[in-house]
Amino acid sequence: MKLRSWVLIFIACNLLTFSTISAFRLSRSQPTERISGSAGDVLDDNPVGRLKVFVYELPSKYNKKILQKDPRCLTHMFAAEIYMQRFLLSSPVRTLNPEEADWFYVPVYTTCDLTPNGLPLPFKSPRMMRSAIQLIASNWPYWNRTEGADHFFVVPHDFGACFHYQEEKAIGRGILPLLQRATLVQTFGQRNHVCLKQGSITVPPYAPPQKMQSHLIPGKTPRSIFVYFRGLFYDVGNDPEGGYYARGARAAVWENFKDNPLFDISTEHPTTYYEDMQRAIFCLCPLGWAPWSPRLVEAVIFGCIPVIIADDIVLPFADAIPWEDIGVFVDEKDVPYLDTILTSIPPEVILRKQRLLANPSMKQAMLFPQPAQPGDAFHQVLNGLARKLPHDRSVYLRPGEKLLNWTAGPVADLKPW
Amino acid sequence: MKLSALHQSYLNRRRSPLDSSVDAPSKSFLAVFWLVLHCLCCLISLLLGFRFSRLVFFFLVSTPSSSNLYSPPFRPDLPPPRIDLTPSNATTAEVKTSSSRVVVGRHGILIRPWPHPDPVEVMKAHRIIERVQREQKAVFGAGGKGSRTVIAVTPTYVRTFQALHLNGVMHSLMLVPYDVVWIVVEAGGVSNETASIVAKSGVRVIHVGFDQRMPNTWEDRGKVEVLMRLRALRVVKEEKLDGVVMFADDSNMHSMEFFDEIQNVKWFGAVSVGILAHSGNAEEMVMSMDKRREMVDEVEERSSLPVQGPACNATDKLIGWHVFNTLPYAGKSAVYIDDVAAVLPQKLEWCGFVLNSRILWDEAESKPEWVKEFGLLNENEGVESPLSLLNDPSMVEPLGSCGRQVLLWWLRVEARADSKFPPGWVIDPPLEITVAAKRTPWPDVPPEPPTKKKDQMSLSQGNNNVVVIPKQQQQQQQQQQQRSSKVRKPKRRSKRNKHEAKPTDTTTQVSSSTKHHQERN
Repeated sequence: MKLRSWVLIFIACNLLTFSTISAFRLSRSQPTERISGSAGDVLDDNPVGRLKVFVYELPSKYNKKILQKDPRCLTHMFAAEIYMQRFLLSSPVRTLNPEEADWFYVPVYTTCDLTPNGLPLPFKSPRMMRSAIQLIASNWPYWNRTEGADHFFVVPHDFGACFHYQEEKAIGRGILPLLQRATLVQTFGQRNHVCLKQGSITVPPYAPPQKMQSHLIPGKTPRSIFVYFRGLFYDVGNDPEGGYYARGARAAVWENFKDNPLFDISTEHPTTYYEDMQRAIFCLCPLGWAPWSPRLVEAVIFGCIPVIIADDIVLPFADAIPWEDIGVFVDEKDVPYLDTILTSIPPEVILRKQRLLANPSMKQAMLFPQPAQPGDAFHQVLNGLARKLPHDRSVYLRPGEKLLNWTAGPVADLKPW
Repeated sequence: MKLSALHQSYLNRRRSPLDSSVDAPSKSFLAVFWLVLHCLCCLISLLLGFRFSRLVFFFLVSTPSSSNLYSPPFRPDLPPPRIDLTPSNATTAEVKTSSSRVVVGRHGILIRPWPHPDPVEVMKAHRIIERVQREQKAVFGAGGKGSRTVIAVTPTYVRTFQALHLNGVMHSLMLVPYDVVWIVVEAGGVSNETASIVAKSGVRVIHVGFDQRMPNTWEDRGKVEVLMRLRALRVVKEEKLDGVVMFADDSNMHSMEFFDEIQNVKWFGAVSVGILAHSGNAEEMVMSMDKRREMVDEVEERSSLPVQGPACNATDKLIGWHVFNTLPYAGKSAVYIDDVAAVLPQKLEWCGFVLNSRILWDEAESKPEWVKEFGLLNENEGVESPLSLLNDPSMVEPLGSCGRQVLLWWLRVEARADSKFPPGWVIDPPLEITVAAKRTPWPDVPPEPPTKKKDQMSLSQGNNNVVVIPKQQQQQQQQQQQRSSKVRKPKRRSKRNKHEAKPTDTTTQVSSSTKHHQERN
């Protein structure tokens, strides 16, 4: 125990030096505040030594071959599943002995079947997942021991393990029955929604760290834009009449504030998008077809206070990061009064939010840098998994007990992949 | 479509009693009618941009029950939520998300009654922005250096363009985020003109008079300005002002980064000055541009801006000075202040140097040895540049990334010597005589709606908008207008009477057109 505390102190000192010389260089000496969420001051925790993860060796048709077929998967916003595997393979939490593992990781890339436009098709994902689980259930005894309750999967798609991009169909399908007991690491999070399981870990979508770092501007550039947003308001391709896309919230933003000089909103994506975010005080992060978006990550990195317009959304690492203190939450029904809401926030509160955003550990927690750095999103995922330890007695099944229904779900999903 | 279904059922019901007799023609007529109606609905939908029939159905059948709709004012792009048309979907959503208030399906687009910016909110937002920027400046701007007072030394004298130049410098100094002490030295003694300009600055001003008058040639002016600056430096020494001394000549332009950069000076620093020497004669400038184009292959540097300032080697150490090359202008430069020729700067302008005010203080403590004692400086020996304040000119610190950044621009523009200007640039009492332009681009009176009288229309183009009115005639006209308006008001038909009610005073064409102006009102 004493050795562990010394190790932790040593690592904490390293963390301090790392935060100044880390690859994500930030401006010097901006006053920050410590961030502590509902789980306590856990952003800087080091998961090494607190858990052990065993990574299954799946045939390369589940991961490497898919990536070779389409390397665009490395840069789109669902790339977290690929980088998670790479991180775990070389991380000190990995163990080669499955008997001593606390958690088991199944590296299957379900979000890598891309259209020519780059959007992932989820139609084969349930079959792929099912086939992977059948493989590990037949080759290793660990799945049947707990029916997956100590396994975790990364499903960064629009609606997580519901594997569909349309919300109605995703709700209709529900979470894949085989994943009912597993822990899901996903980007989607909405309270009281079918596709968010109790005990899931919400992560931010992948945003390329190098690209964002190369667009940093000096911190003394005055923030002169009040509210900034770039993106679609009406999805004319899929929802021409409006009212369906984003539950009408984005269209409401446009109709109410298109002539307001304080709101720099438009659909045109300029090349100075990142620089403009650094010159803005508030950045809108409204929902789209799904409630989450990479805008949240970008806003946090560039120090712009995120204005989250998505009812009942669950934000990444919600137990480690106190999002209520950092961002502004606006109900969708209050969108027409957005300007009143934002101007009635007292300046001290705004300055405090900016100080919290300036905290380097906050920015690190939103990123997936390669190679991994202390405090980044990989470590937060591991911290989250470590916080769920030790496993409850109900995780381990009695021999012969079966809880999962292997034949549930649409018939098309039962076909082999 | 539900409409067509209703109509189909109606048709069927209708057809059964009246069977064969009126069947064929009525059928074809009805079919054609429905075809035409469908085409019409299609066209309307195309124009409106959404399915028009849905709206009609909504009006006929259901009532707006959902609270998603805002009643005033009704907007056609608020289609009703599709609860009735797709029941299965919504109910499954409702069942599974029983405690959630988020429903899948079509929602209304909420628009508040007056979707335009509210000036109160805009004002509040600007205050927030200001507060945030102030915080940013406090965190990033001054850095850890601490902000030192900027002591600006400006020699000036009363002339036509003094207000132009001095206001420019004043506004630059007002924007400086640090404390500013402005020492204004005026040739010819303290005057009200200068005092009234600098009083508006809001910074601390020390207005010093200098007994000599400003001479008429550029060379002599330069010499007198040097003496004036030394006088100001003596003020700094006597008052023991602490800060960074910079020379803000009143026709120069300073960038805000200049003031941030000079905070870094330790003892004596130099910055690069962009020289905007010009001839003041537009034709000559055009000619010189053509000449430049001819010589562009030979000498590329001609077209670039001449810069005076420190020169550094590769390791950012000061090795010399970039000075202004006067050779191209030999013989063509201005001698007198209002000459139409290029005004040339000195070899090294004073404005490119900044110094720590402690250099000028009396006590020898903490002053480096390479600085001459300021109190012992003999002005009559001809002080040309601030380098003569130093024993060792190589100890000067180059600022602005070793002279690579041009932080201020030098320009000398003066009006003709015989030009007059109103004192204080205020015209008081207001001029009696106003001669208006012949043609203004806007009509003098708002255009009237077209009336039956065509001859009035020809005058309403607003081109001859008058009006030379000597005061007595004006009073006469006013009385006449009052009289005529009294006559006119009860009857609108009195427009016809305008011609008869013409005033007797039609001595000038001008006044008659004013008459028409008044009548039209």
